[in-house]
Amino acid sequence: MGDMLMTPITDNPTAFAIASAIKVVAFFGVYLVTVALLTLAERKVSAWIQDRHGPNRAGPGGLLQPAADGLKNFMKEELSPGAGNTILFTLAPAIAFCTAMVSWAVIPFAAPLPTPWGVMSVSIAQLPVGFIFTLAISSLGVFGITLAGWSSNNKYSLLGGLRSSAQLISYEIAMGLSIIPVLLLAGNVTMDAIVKQQAMGGWNVLNLSVAFLTFLISAFAETNRLPFDLPEAESELVAGYHTEYSSMKFSMFFIAEFANMLTASGMMATLFLGGWDIPFTSWDNTGDPSVLKTLLTLVSFGLKAGFFLFLYMWIRWTLPRFRYDQLMSLGWRFLLPLSLGYIVLIASVLLVLQALGIQQGVLQTGVLFLINAAVLVAVFVIFDRGRLLSPTTSKMSAAEMLRLRTQDRLGSPLSAAVRPEPEMGD
Amino acid sequence: MAINVKVMDRPVEQVSYVRATLSGLAHTFKHLVDPHKVTTQYPEETEALSKRWRGTHRMLTTEDGKAKCVACGLCPTVCPANCIKLVPGEDEHGNRFPLVFEIDEFRCIFCGYCQEVCPEEAIHVGRHYENAEYSRDGFVYDLERLTAQTHPVCEMWDPADPAGE
Repeated sequence: MGDMLMTPITDNPTAFAIASAIKVVAFFGVYLVTVALLTLAERKVSAWIQDRHGPNRAGPGGLLQPAADGLKNFMKEELSPGAGNTILFTLAPAIAFCTAMVSWAVIPFAAPLPTPWGVMSVSIAQLPVGFIFTLAISSLGVFGITLAGWSSNNKYSLLGGLRSSAQLISYEIAMGLSIIPVLLLAGNVTMDAIVKQQAMGGWNVLNLSVAFLTFLISAFAETNRLPFDLPEAESELVAGYHTEYSSMKFSMFFIAEFANMLTASGMMATLFLGGWDIPFTSWDNTGDPSVLKTLLTLVSFGLKAGFFLFLYMWIRWTLPRFRYDQLMSLGWRFLLPLSLGYIVLIASVLLVLQALGIQQGVLQTGVLFLINAAVLVAVFVIFDRGRLLSPTTSKMSAAEMLRLRTQDRLGSPLSAAVRPEPEMGD
Repeated sequence: MAINVKVMDRPVEQVSYVRATLSGLAHTFKHLVDPHKVTTQYPEETEALSKRWRGTHRMLTTEDGKAKCVACGLCPTVCPANCIKLVPGEDEHGNRFPLVFEIDEFRCIFCGYCQEVCPEEAIHVGRHYENAEYSRDGFVYDLERLTAQTHPVCEMWDPADPAGE
């Protein structure tokens, strides 16, 4: 393979077009299979956490369960509500599905691959707007859910859709703001630049731990996963926005949820865990690209994204759902101020470091890590005590507490003595 | 407070979402890596039945393969669910035998009185429960079916050995 060109494949338009088409088709297949396996993984992890076996009848160890589920969904009757808006009702799952698929496009998931026609970047599209594209597409995803809720003409669906739009808009802000320190550090919005910066200057999970945490929480809320799954809170809203959906349309929402999860995991791996960078070696990001490098970095990226996928499931089967006011309070009163303050802090620190002439490297990472550790201690040791979430907003005054405790449910004061029986015929 | 949610008054130092979350995650992870699985993988594994398990009936036979039943009529009399249908017959030697002996397993409440009352130890409730059928008619067991059953039968309760050991 000595005749491989080391020029970018974009110099050769025909080869670039063909390579892009192949990438899209291959990626789509792999992505959908991964999503199918994720549904199985979710059930298996939930089973293991709850001391059960999980699905183990279809295929070895239940491996064919996703195929069986898919077949079942294809053969089920498709119902659509008579008084609903049929066009939007059909369009909604398509929107949810497409946005979930598209948002992965900018993530580079391995080192560039050398081909006889030039060096090919291993991401679907090397967009110059990078991360901003993902933000834009993922906020389009809310239309799918909201329209599904609206077009079903069902109060539970509508409530689910409303909750979802409120939640996604609230957390979109925290998510967008938490990413700004990453962009400040990389000095660029393209994913390749962010990966490169982390390979040189240490992973952002150490550089920007607070941003990582904010992003992690927002990403959970953005993908409607527990503890933020209020749009489909089955104990309150039947099934939320997809109450009226059946058959493959329901399946589309399900696939979209897992696809979003996959994208968010890939995003977190890229932005904070160094993307496809293999830790403790600079072999993978220096020198000429090779096929071996591409494969090994692909494995590295897969492990990182897999860790986040596992984290998603682990947290889902551990935590209970938030109350609605807790959700809003966490988003607006904690995450938003925290990420805003953090931008100012990181920008000032970077400015000071620049003035002192400290460039990318161990010293910069060390300084940033110490600052992050201090902020984390402040947040989790001082602010967490009774303020973060647990009593949500404010503590009740002692007098109010006493009043509530000494009242029965109808509001009349309870006396220590036995209450008189209500007289008949009053 | 925007909405009047009743909040329990706890000491501030005990209230921490993050600590509770972390301990919860540790707990679930412990179960993930060290599961205490209690599920019986049913068709492959089955759990042992008690010796006094009362399931579908079985009619015991004599050495020449005929039912031990002498059509005395005690079991349809004692049956609280009225599920045994018995039409007695008599051969030329004056020996009684059942012309029709049917048990409707749907009506049966598996009390085991028929086994207790039987003077010939002919009818028994069995240690058996896999008795699914494709039609309701299949649950009316006739004499041929009852004698053809091979599963072990229930052991009677012994007052001298109440625990069954």
